[in-house]
Amino acid sequence: MKLTLNIWRQQDASSKGQFVTYSIDDISPDMSFLEMLDVLNNKLILQGQEPVEFDHDCREGICGSCSLQINGEPHGPDRLVTTCQLHMRMFKDGDTIDIEPFRAKAFPVIKDLIVDRSAFDRIQQAGGYVSVNTSGNTTDANAILVPKHDADDAFSAAACIGCGACVAACKNASAMLFTSAKVSQYALLPQGKVEATTRVLNMVKQMDLEGFGNCTNTGACEIECPKGISLENIARMNREYLSASLQG
Amino acid sequence: MSGRTSSIARKVVMALSGLFLVLFLAMHFSMNLTSVFSEDVFNQISHFMGYNPLVQLLMQPVLIAGVIVHFVMGIVLELKNKKARPVAYKNYNGSANAAWASRNMILSGAVILAFLVLHMSDFWLPEMVYKYVAAHPEDPTRYYHETVEKFHHPVRVGLYVVSFVLLGLHLYHGFASSFQSMGWNNKYSKALTGFAKAYAIVIPLGFIFIALFHHFNS
Amino acid sequence: MTMSVLDSKIPEGPLAEKWTKYKNEIELVSPANKRNIDIIVVGTGLAGASAAASLAELGYNVKTFCFQDSPRRAHSIAAQGGINAAKNYQGDGDSTYRLFYDTVKGGDYRAREANVYRLAEVSANIIDQCVAQGVPFARDYGGQLDNRSFGGVLVSRTFYAKGQTGQQLLLGAYSAMNRQINRGKIKSYNRHEMLDLVLVDGKARGIIARDLVTGALERHSAHAVVIASGGYGNVFFLSTNAMGSNVTAAWKTHKRGAYFANPCFTQIHPTCIPVSGDHQSKLTLMSESLRNDGRIWVPAKLEDAQAIREGRLKPTDLAEEDRDYFLERRYPAFGNLVPRDVASRAAKERCDAGFGVNKTGEAVYLDFGSAIMRYGKEKSLVMGIKDADQATIRRLGEEVVEAKYGNLFQMYEKIVDQNPYKTPMMIYPAVHYTMGGLWVDYNLQTTIPGCYAAGEANFSEHGANRLGASALMQGLADGYFVLPYTIGDYLSKDIRTGKISTDLPEFEAAEQAVRAQMEALVNANGTHPVDYYHKKLGKIMWNKCGMARNEQGLKEAIEEIAALREDFYKNVKIPGTVNGKNQELEKALRVADFLELGELFAKDALNRNESCGGHFREEFQTEEGEALRDDENFRFVSAWEYKGAPKDAVLHKEELIYENIKVKARSYK
Repeated sequence: MKLTLNIWRQQDASSKGQFVTYSIDDISPDMSFLEMLDVLNNKLILQGQEPVEFDHDCREGICGSCSLQINGEPHGPDRLVTTCQLHMRMFKDGDTIDIEPFRAKAFPVIKDLIVDRSAFDRIQQAGGYVSVNTSGNTTDANAILVPKHDADDAFSAAACIGCGACVAACKNASAMLFTSAKVSQYALLPQGKVEATTRVLNMVKQMDLEGFGNCTNTGACEIECPKGISLENIARMNREYLSASLQG
Repeated sequence: MSGRTSSIARKVVMALSGLFLVLFLAMHFSMNLTSVFSEDVFNQISHFMGYNPLVQLLMQPVLIAGVIVHFVMGIVLELKNKKARPVAYKNYNGSANAAWASRNMILSGAVILAFLVLHMSDFWLPEMVYKYVAAHPEDPTRYYHETVEKFHHPVRVGLYVVSFVLLGLHLYHGFASSFQSMGWNNKYSKALTGFAKAYAIVIPLGFIFIALFHHFNS
Repeated sequence: MTMSVLDSKIPEGPLAEKWTKYKNEIELVSPANKRNIDIIVVGTGLAGASAAASLAELGYNVKTFCFQDSPRRAHSIAAQGGINAAKNYQGDGDSTYRLFYDTVKGGDYRAREANVYRLAEVSANIIDQCVAQGVPFARDYGGQLDNRSFGGVLVSRTFYAKGQTGQQLLLGAYSAMNRQINRGKIKSYNRHEMLDLVLVDGKARGIIARDLVTGALERHSAHAVVIASGGYGNVFFLSTNAMGSNVTAAWKTHKRGAYFANPCFTQIHPTCIPVSGDHQSKLTLMSESLRNDGRIWVPAKLEDAQAIREGRLKPTDLAEEDRDYFLERRYPAFGNLVPRDVASRAAKERCDAGFGVNKTGEAVYLDFGSAIMRYGKEKSLVMGIKDADQATIRRLGEEVVEAKYGNLFQMYEKIVDQNPYKTPMMIYPAVHYTMGGLWVDYNLQTTIPGCYAAGEANFSEHGANRLGASALMQGLADGYFVLPYTIGDYLSKDIRTGKISTDLPEFEAAEQAVRAQMEALVNANGTHPVDYYHKKLGKIMWNKCGMARNEQGLKEAIEEIAALREDFYKNVKIPGTVNGKNQELEKALRVADFLELGELFAKDALNRNESCGGHFREEFQTEEGEALRDDENFRFVSAWEYKGAPKDAVLHKEELIYENIKVKARSYK
């Protein structure tokens, strides 16, 4: 396959960036999108140019490192995959592909296609945990029964990989899907209920402080989420938040 | 409420004020609809609404407040949301993951706002002048003719029709998603979502029908 | 060769009482003193994150370091199948002793008894702890925790969260970290890479780290340093490890004096998606849990295998009697659930004999056909459908399989572009885990005082082969339940030390050395990208230090790696500078260490004249092709002391003593 790539290049956070066009051939449809970029980078290095920097690590769709807005969609045109699992067979010979970093005020660009997603860490630090000591002196794991349905729903929410595709896809750069996934996981489990009120208030407060936009229910986040996190989580967080606000 | 200025609180305010306006719209529509069947009934209702102190002194200000809250909050949200992405994408394929109506609420909202200005200057303003400035005596039979006359001009009717289409799109996203905003997303809300979507189609179509009916029958 | 320097510090007393006795007798640090003590934790996977959270909770000031942009992205996140614990919830005869026994046997009698027993002992606590943290393990309809079975055992003791158990456990440990970050007890340095360990008066007192965003070198001091930076599978270039997984922190520690143990003990995992071409950057695991329900086979006839390779025949068209379920045939007792090393070698044996089923001839089938029909039949009965037709049974069965392994099947389909519900998966062994690592004593302390190693980074409890679902158990055991005690005992002698200055000459010297290495690499301005060297190294390792090794190949590997290393420093090409973000420089620093470790790896494999676990020397096998251990001469841990170049490394042996388990030939027949 032969492709034309329009890639955002930016030296560092304070520099101005711009798009640079590259052409590349000998791309096999069996390659992953990142392997295609590997090929480009090897070519650039041999030409004495700096390679395109992008975040990536596990390359099996679970670490949440890889990002990239590809032809206007986070993680590209395929569904339920991260960029590392997006394969070139989704594209046609001769295609032009626009590759941009995830864009949001809360995700400043570090270099080229790498953005700073530490806002997500700070949201979690604000309350995304159960306050239990790690002494191991807890009750037996089977002492608290959890209905299978709740456990499965909690798992589905907890499957979030924190990649930021929800923010990138949202026209408002809202982080509601991410935040609600964590709030939901704990809201659904008896272990998380004790701190539910303060958790949701603190996490939403931090989310707002980071400069993410407001949710307007377009549902783009759910469609683009590589792990299929459901909008129901946002509704659950709204509910939790309202009831916490009325109590507090 | 501890989170008065939080993003979720703003969202809930949008949902509640929107639902209030949806209710008003239903009432407005059912009153207008009578004009198609009976001049007398329409006149009676209009006269009641125009001179009942409860309607005029309580419901009317509340409605105006509801409209202002919804619009102001809508604009605040839009501005805040614009700020959340200071550098725009070169390529943003919004249609791949969200419906046009949901992505363009500010546009449909702006058209509805412009329509409201037109609509108020067509009906509400002359009514205020009639009652309070010129202080004409009460005339319970004038409403039907005043209304029908307004639908004489094809440009106005055209503007009304376009506005109703956008109202429909605005409602199509707004009404259905208000349940989600208020934290209600389950099998019951999903059933109600169907009703909301039907409402978003039927009511604006009804308004269009009334406008065209009077245009072609007058 | 000497044995005097290695003191494993195993407590006295009966096996089952050692850990309790130890905990009762160690020195403690008062809460007031803990506030004045700093600990550095390098790596934020299961071991690092759990250690950091537990130590911070106790009151120490903790700094964590990870090269990823968030602690949550450490590669523990990718562990799929599950975590073992001797809970015996299934009432199938499990116990602490049986988990201990299975682990020692699974490791082919090359692990330390006392450590393994402790691991088995605390395993049940891990599950309690994780559930309390809100980890959403799978549950049955009664609301109780569910279990599945893993390779090399005859009980169901594996707890799981679909095929994302590692993710859920890591997010649990990360949440515990977050709680401490919010309290100000942990400061987490993300996008930071440890590039050297700093010793003051022979004790670990800090590290040199590079801020990967600004490129700045930073000095961080502490009273103790925990290395929890994972394994070194990426020495093979292609592995199931993450792209960034590296040996640098552990290797730099080794170069500062910590012995490196059993580097040649590598786990080649049997069920990975086969290599599809030269462009491949990594390999993807298909969880061992799939072997609960998937049956592994190749065609029984060579001509069928050839027809399949050439695309003339479809696997689904092959009759039952024309299939060779070689694991069930060779190992009837354990069948498809033999340990990983055994399953991998068996697959290799069939492919080498010409029965491979993909274009490259290096793949076998993992078939869910019979499981789908079995589950479908069961479900249709439960649903009250008496005479379900084949299509209905198949549909219901596929639903059950999807509920169990949906995410793995989806991953397979995305990568291979084939639907594994309809046609069998193709799999082949790939490098997955390294049992070797920094030598540690019972306290998990390396041979450098104050420097600890946890999780995959240490030489661990897994001997020469790790059983499935045991890595997660070990990582969390080390971090949550072992280090918080053992480090305290060490630090109790350090309460008067006070803050350690980073202006000490030792910090200055270490920083200069790191800077010099970075500049040498950037200034080489040669002709080959870093990946060129990494791939070459990987080829040498896979061909000569992979699933089967022999004396001649290992000798060649040693020569070739040394030559490659020399060429690397002369001819590597790294664009950009040492300042600012430079991913090529990051890679180069890691590959530089792999190029040293690889040689030690081959040297260790050459030295170990026996076959055991994942280390299979062709010269040492039974008539049936099974691994032939030599307990008389090799029942020891090889601990290598750094002496300037890998070839000069000095071997120290830790004799392994088995008092509670009968050492015998490992059989899964």
